[in-house]
Amino acid sequence: MFSYCAEPDTLEGLRWASCYLTTGKHMGLYSSVFTVLLLLAITAPTALLFGFGGATAARSRIPPLRWLGKGYTAIVRGVPDIAFFLFFVIALDQGFEWVRHQVKCPDWPDAIRQGNDFVVCQQAKLPLSSAPEWVHQTYGFFLAVLTFSIVFGAFASNVLFGAMRAVPRAQLETAEAYGMTRRQTFWRILVPQMWVYALPGLSNLWMVLIKATPLLFLLGIEDIVYWARELGGTKNARFTDYPHGDWRMWYFLALLVFYLCFTKVSEVVLNKLMTKLTHGQATAGGEAQRRAGA
Amino acid sequence: MKKLILGTAVLALSAGLALADGDGKTVRMGTEGAYAPWNFVNDAGEIDGFERELGDELCMRAELKCEWVKNDWDSIIPNLVSGNYDTIVAGMSITDERDEVIDFTQPYTPPDPSTYAALDSGLDVEGAVIAAQAATIQAAYIAEKGWTLIEFATPEETVAAVRNGEADAVLADKSFLETVVGQDGLVMLERTESIGGGVGMGLRESDGELRAKFDAAIQSMKDDGSLNKLIAKWEVSSLW
Repeated sequence: MFSYCAEPDTLEGLRWASCYLTTGKHMGLYSSVFTVLLLLAITAPTALLFGFGGATAARSRIPPLRWLGKGYTAIVRGVPDIAFFLFFVIALDQGFEWVRHQVKCPDWPDAIRQGNDFVVCQQAKLPLSSAPEWVHQTYGFFLAVLTFSIVFGAFASNVLFGAMRAVPRAQLETAEAYGMTRRQTFWRILVPQMWVYALPGLSNLWMVLIKATPLLFLLGIEDIVYWARELGGTKNARFTDYPHGDWRMWYFLALLVFYLCFTKVSEVVLNKLMTKLTHGQATAGGEAQRRAGA
Repeated sequence: MKKLILGTAVLALSAGLALADGDGKTVRMGTEGAYAPWNFVNDAGEIDGFERELGDELCMRAELKCEWVKNDWDSIIPNLVSGNYDTIVAGMSITDERDEVIDFTQPYTPPDPSTYAALDSGLDVEGAVIAAQAATIQAAYIAEKGWTLIEFATPEETVAAVRNGEADAVLADKSFLETVVGQDGLVMLERTESIGGGVGMGLRESDGELRAKFDAAIQSMKDDGSLNKLIAKWEVSSLW
C-alpha cells in the first residue's frame, strides 16, 4: 500500500501497523463490513415486505390465502434458523438449476441425480461455471438475502399481524360509519395507525437481524467473522511478511465493539422514530405527548 | 432502497444473460485456504501454497481454464457433490469412506504418517486429550482408538486448543505441524501414526472425463520430476 512497505520486517511500531493493516487480506475484512451493511440494508425492507404480505394474507377473508399466511409464519418460526439456512440455500440453488435445466436442455440424456451427485447441463448452471468469481459471490449473496428475508419476514409477519389487531376497534368503526370500504379502512386507517404498535416488536427483530449477520459465514459468504478468524490466526514467517501469534482475541474484540456501536446507533434512531410515530396517536404515549405539548 | 433492490435484481438478471454465451467450461477448484503449507490465504488475500501451484500447473498441462474457490472444510464434500465447484484440492487424504461419496485422482503426495504436537515432549498420548480437525483421517483415527477427542472446524483452532491447555496434544499432518512447532513452547512428539493413503484431488463420481485429464496431468508431473520439485519446495511430504 505505502512505498515503505516493501520490507515489513525492518519496520517498527506505527509504520509496521500501517502496512499490516492495509494488506490485501485486511482489505477483504474492510469490504466484508460493507457486505454486512449491504445485507442489512436490503434484507430489512424486503423482510418487512414479506412480513406485511404474510400478515395481510393471514387476515384475509379468503381461506386459502389465510392458510398460506398462517402456514408461512408457523413453519418458518418453528424451524431452527441454522437448519433453515443450511437446507434452504442448497434447496433453493438446486431448485433454480433444475428449472433452468428443464428449459434449456430438454434433450439431456442423463439423470440429474446420479447417486450423490447433482448434475445439470453446463448451460443450466447458475451462475455458469465460466462466470467470473464476483458473479458467483453476488449470486451467493442474493441467495443469502432471500433466505434472511424469508426467515425474518415470518417474524415480522407475526408482529404486524398483532399490531393490526391492536389498533382500537373504535377507529375502524368510525371509518365504517363514514362509509369507507374495507379496502379504504385498511389502507387509510389501519395501516397508518398500526406502526406504533408494531415498532417495539420490529425494533427487536432489527437487533436480532444485526446479530444474525454472522450466519452469513454458514452460507459460504466471507463476512467479518470469517476474516477476523482468518486474520487473527497464528501466522508463520514462512508464509507471510507479517508473522504473529494467535491474535484472534483482538480481532474478535474489534468485532464486539463494531456490533455494540451498531446496535447503540440503531437504538437511538429507533427511539426517535418511536417518538415520531407516537405523535397524535390514540395511545398512552400519544396522550402523554399531547399533554407535554399543551 | 427501491433502487438498491432493483439494482440487485437487474444485476442478477444481467449476470444470467451475460453468462449465456460462455461455452468454454471453467474448472472451479475448491480448497480450504487454512492449511499451510498445503493451501492458505497470503498477505494479498489470494490462495497460495503447494496446492495452488500444483493445481495451476495441472490445469496448464490438461489445457483447462481453472479458477479457485474457497470453502469451509466441513462442507467441502457436500458443495462439490451439489456442483458448486468441480474439484477438491485441499490436502484431502484418499480414504475408502470418502471414496464412496466422491472419486479421487491418483495421489499427488505419497502416504505420510501423521504426528502429534504438544507442550510437553514426554507426553504419553494414549489416554490423553487429543485435538483434531473435524472430518479428517486424524479425527477418525483417535475416535477409533477410543481416546478422548476434541474436534474443531479449522486447523488453527486445534493448535490453539493445545496452547491454552484444553487439549494435551494435536494430531495432524507433519508438514502442517512443522509450521506451528517452535512457537509458544509447542514441540513435536516422536510418535507417528501411519494413517491415510496419500493426498489426491477429489471429483464428482459422474465426472470421469475430468478425472482422467487430471490423472494424466499428475502422471506427467510425476514422470518428469516436477512434482517432486514442488513437494520439496513447499516441504509438504516425503518425495515419490
